[in-house]
Amino acid sequence: MSDPHAKSAHAAHGAEHGHHGHEDHVDHGSVKSYSIGFVLSVILTAIPFWLVMGKVITDSSTTGFVILGFAAVQIVVHMIYFLHMNTKSEGGWSILALVFTVMVVVIMLTGSIWVMYHLNTNMMPHMADPTGELHMPSATHDATQHTQHK
Amino acid sequence: MSEITATYSSAIGADRGVDSGVDPSTRYFVQEHHPESSTLLGFWLYLMSDCLIFACLFATYAVLGRNYAGGPTGAELFDLPLVAMNTAFLLLSSITYGFAMLESQKKNLRATMIWLGVTGLLGLAFLALELYEFSHLIHVGAGPERSGFLTAFFALVATHGLHVTFGIVWLVTLMFQLKRHGLIPENGRRLMCLSMFWHFLDVIWIGVFTFVYLMGVLP
Repeated sequence: MSDPHAKSAHAAHGAEHGHHGHEDHVDHGSVKSYSIGFVLSVILTAIPFWLVMGKVITDSSTTGFVILGFAAVQIVVHMIYFLHMNTKSEGGWSILALVFTVMVVVIMLTGSIWVMYHLNTNMMPHMADPTGELHMPSATHDATQHTQHK
Repeated sequence: MSEITATYSSAIGADRGVDSGVDPSTRYFVQEHHPESSTLLGFWLYLMSDCLIFACLFATYAVLGRNYAGGPTGAELFDLPLVAMNTAFLLLSSITYGFAMLESQKKNLRATMIWLGVTGLLGLAFLALELYEFSHLIHVGAGPERSGFLTAFFALVATHGLHVTFGIVWLVTLMFQLKRHGLIPENGRRLMCLSMFWHFLDVIWIGVFTFVYLMGVLP
């Protein structure tokens, strides 16, 4: 009973990966997939550099969000074409670990930024924005005073 | 499920011996497939933990990145053409490593070594430019002790640079191992791990050049 199971699993395994040896069960990609990944990366890198160096968008916060978007897309491109991530690799454990890490990173980054920006605002009430918007006061002023006191 | 079945069948296969008509490759599958799979998964978990280190450094930079303490700002210090060149080196090294992987898959040792060598040289070029940038910054009085911004900048970028350094050390070691033992399965596994490491560093660099350099020079 168990033998045919194992054999069929093995046969399916072999068929999936064609001519590769038994030790070679991981998808290494092809010239085509690497080239697609590379060309996409070059484009996704060149555009943000062009946006910033050419000062294409006058509003800097808009530029910031746009280039962050390009970075996010490029990270996904790298994951797929260079790191060969897919939902099946290692029986789904890789993607699970990735999802967990991304979750922790997002919580940590947004949490830190959110708390610390508000901390700055709250500690300097005279600089707080009356509209209550997320406001990052320039710390330069404060820090300069601090060094002068020393 | 299939793992359990396979292990069970291999135990039976070992009991009966080859004479009973059990396909020897069944056992081969069990012995060869599982350990390698867990190595790559384990290495992936290491990379994910490394990701958390970088996330902490990014968060630190996000908080301290505008605390100039009256010192120089990112817009004054960063040389974007230099950063673009660094990015190009790292991106090119990513695809040359990909070519090395493809050649190793074709069991072409010579071509694998050549592409690995090219990857290593591109990595060294990246490091050389980064060290030049650091020495320039320290020379103009913008060392890590100057302001919170520069502390966070050096911590983040130098940690990435340190990873690239160790990646190159690993790459050179692996080239010696390849030269000595050829493209044996063990070396294939090592190549695969270094491939993940190298591409991972490129992914981190995307975050660095976007978040630190490009957003740093925005007014």
